[in-house]
Amino acid sequence: MNIIVCVKQVPASSKVQVDPVTGVLIRDGADSKLNPFDLFALESAFSIAESVGGTVKTLSMGPPPAKAALDETLWMGADEAVLLSDRKFGGADVAATASALKLGIEKMGNYGLIICGKQTTDGDTAQVGPELAEKLGIDHIANVIEILEATEEYITVVADMDRVLQTAKLKLPCLITIDKDANTPRLPSYRRKLEFQQKESVKVYSVNDLEGADENVLGLKGSPTKVERIFSPDKNLDRRMLTGSSEELSDNIYTLLKSKKFI
Amino acid sequence: MYKSVTSADIDALKMAVDPSRVFAGEEISEDYSHDELGDISKLPEVLIKVKSTEEVSKIMKYANDNRIPVVVRGSGTGLVGAAVAVEGGIMLETTLMNKILELDEENLTVTVQPGVLLMELAAFCEEHDFLYPPDPGEKSATIGGNISTNAGGMRAVKYGVTRDYVRGLTAVLPNGEIISIGGKIVKNSSGYSLKDLLVGSEGTLAVITEAILKLVPKPSITVSLLIPFDSIEIAIGTVPTLIKSRASLTAIEFMEQGTILFAEEYLGKNFPDKKSPAYLILTVDGNDSEELSKEIDKVAAICLQAGASDALIVDTEERKTSVWSARGAFLEAIKASTTEMDECDVVVPRNRIADFVLYTKEVSQKLGVRIPSFGHAGDGNLHIYVCRDELPKAEWKSKLLEAFDLLYKKAIEVEGQVSGEHGIGYAKKSYLAESCGETQLELMRGIKKAFDPNNILNPHKIV
Repeated sequence: MNIIVCVKQVPASSKVQVDPVTGVLIRDGADSKLNPFDLFALESAFSIAESVGGTVKTLSMGPPPAKAALDETLWMGADEAVLLSDRKFGGADVAATASALKLGIEKMGNYGLIICGKQTTDGDTAQVGPELAEKLGIDHIANVIEILEATEEYITVVADMDRVLQTAKLKLPCLITIDKDANTPRLPSYRRKLEFQQKESVKVYSVNDLEGADENVLGLKGSPTKVERIFSPDKNLDRRMLTGSSEELSDNIYTLLKSKKFI
Repeated sequence: MYKSVTSADIDALKMAVDPSRVFAGEEISEDYSHDELGDISKLPEVLIKVKSTEEVSKIMKYANDNRIPVVVRGSGTGLVGAAVAVEGGIMLETTLMNKILELDEENLTVTVQPGVLLMELAAFCEEHDFLYPPDPGEKSATIGGNISTNAGGMRAVKYGVTRDYVRGLTAVLPNGEIISIGGKIVKNSSGYSLKDLLVGSEGTLAVITEAILKLVPKPSITVSLLIPFDSIEIAIGTVPTLIKSRASLTAIEFMEQGTILFAEEYLGKNFPDKKSPAYLILTVDGNDSEELSKEIDKVAAICLQAGASDALIVDTEERKTSVWSARGAFLEAIKASTTEMDECDVVVPRNRIADFVLYTKEVSQKLGVRIPSFGHAGDGNLHIYVCRDELPKAEWKSKLLEAFDLLYKKAIEVEGQVSGEHGIGYAKKSYLAESCGETQLELMRGIKKAFDPNNILNPHKIV
């Protein structure tokens, strides 16, 4: 089975801050890393490819430094990596990003399964995966926490739908998005890093390299989302202090948890 | 002979300290009768949760005047019974003295109370872009406890141990007098270093009530390599080559597959790689990414050359957590894997560590007991656990003694020492005596007497 994993380079710090005046994300320094959710997507892809055979290719859209994130996917185990990089892709919202990724996937050719991380740690929308599937016209399911079975024809997964767990069997080709902690991602291999140093590692495509590219659906120009304001969500610091003897405390905690239906 | 604590003593102590923080008899939880390993057990007669140097001073004066023994306890995470009140008496518990008092960015020091937990200090330093380098596995230990055992930890290869980071101490002597030793100074040639005597004295000389610790600017980049090997012999045999290469390593840890599997079970979390029988973890840190890359290339090449199957890159927060959280839980994990255990934390010259690890296997085979080990390959400090498993208690006890006897003898033979970082406490006294000999013991007894002529502070420990 040929699997394509879509990944993104995100700021390395987990504390993403928003400038309260301009509403722009503050990116301190050049520190960036592979989106943590994508690590679980990659691990799923590698283990499926190991069990049913096939290849794992990775795809990203971003400025030239995003190549570092794709290099890392190669060191983890990907066979090939593709970066879509062009000023014309810049400023893309989720829809324009999905449009670009669709072109990249069509360029990469034959695939059975596309895997994305559930969301990124900078944008947090969790929409690019499902939108990409819609644009490609294939079946998809999000929030996958477990892969029960994968064959050349179909894949059976468990998805966390917040209040219920849904088991779904999807015919290939299809797209799934993987939740965090669905598996234990493998570490990048220094040996593979040495191997890929010897050859052209990441293929880079511009808009002109992609057949059928319509600039009206790409980049800022192709983004229907207009951002009015970005702000950090308020933190809820409400807390209740319980006091009393051990018995009173345990009774109180039990009653409280029960009333909140946690137990 | 010591005086037993009477109700009159309790009343007097309650006059000195807020009575709600004085506990006696059945009010004292069983927890206070032992430390992490729990083999040595005795409840204190009075437990006092102290809050200030002045309180400690008043209690010490009272105890000294009345010949009541006093033991200081932090989080109780020790492993050699040092904080167990073997003579009963008073236990001073420091966890309420948990304030970080001052960050001095001009002198690069932080002043803390002894009950601050290592993990709290680490988080505080991180927040202010500093590093407090000592990094023992037990993050819920108190700084007071760390100072009292001269704790080491994973970064000792590059940064040294707790003693190297203690600049000054405020301490209460057994007679209640308060002394300030050292300070925010970098150099000090002013007489005997009493500060360094208190570091590692396991609560036998004075009660530490405040510490000035040295900080270093936090390195902006830290990267580890998890290096799989086909055998523990090859893994640990690579260490002398790494050290000789003059690579600037922060940590060199070794571990075996079995220990990783126990940690997985204990934490309920998977380790990112466990296919190989043995692993080294190497860490480099610094601020220049190109320079670090060169160091990584150098050490990875040495390991691959020595027969490592790969070098796995541990570079992001989540990857570091997945590897280091398991490493931090090894002791607990081995403890959970058996019915009972005791430990040996010998330190040997770094070029003898491979011999020593292999010797533990020999002892294990000879005696028919499981002896897992892991530890700080880069500084020669091993953590070796003799596990009881299904053995009857008496049989285990005799095998344990035999195993310890062999291991400590071997340590002397290879010019090592009894304890690298956990201390002597109550459990390892006989091995210290054997290792350092009568002349040194007599010097230690003299020092103890100079500080504590009535022998009321943590009696029966170390010597």
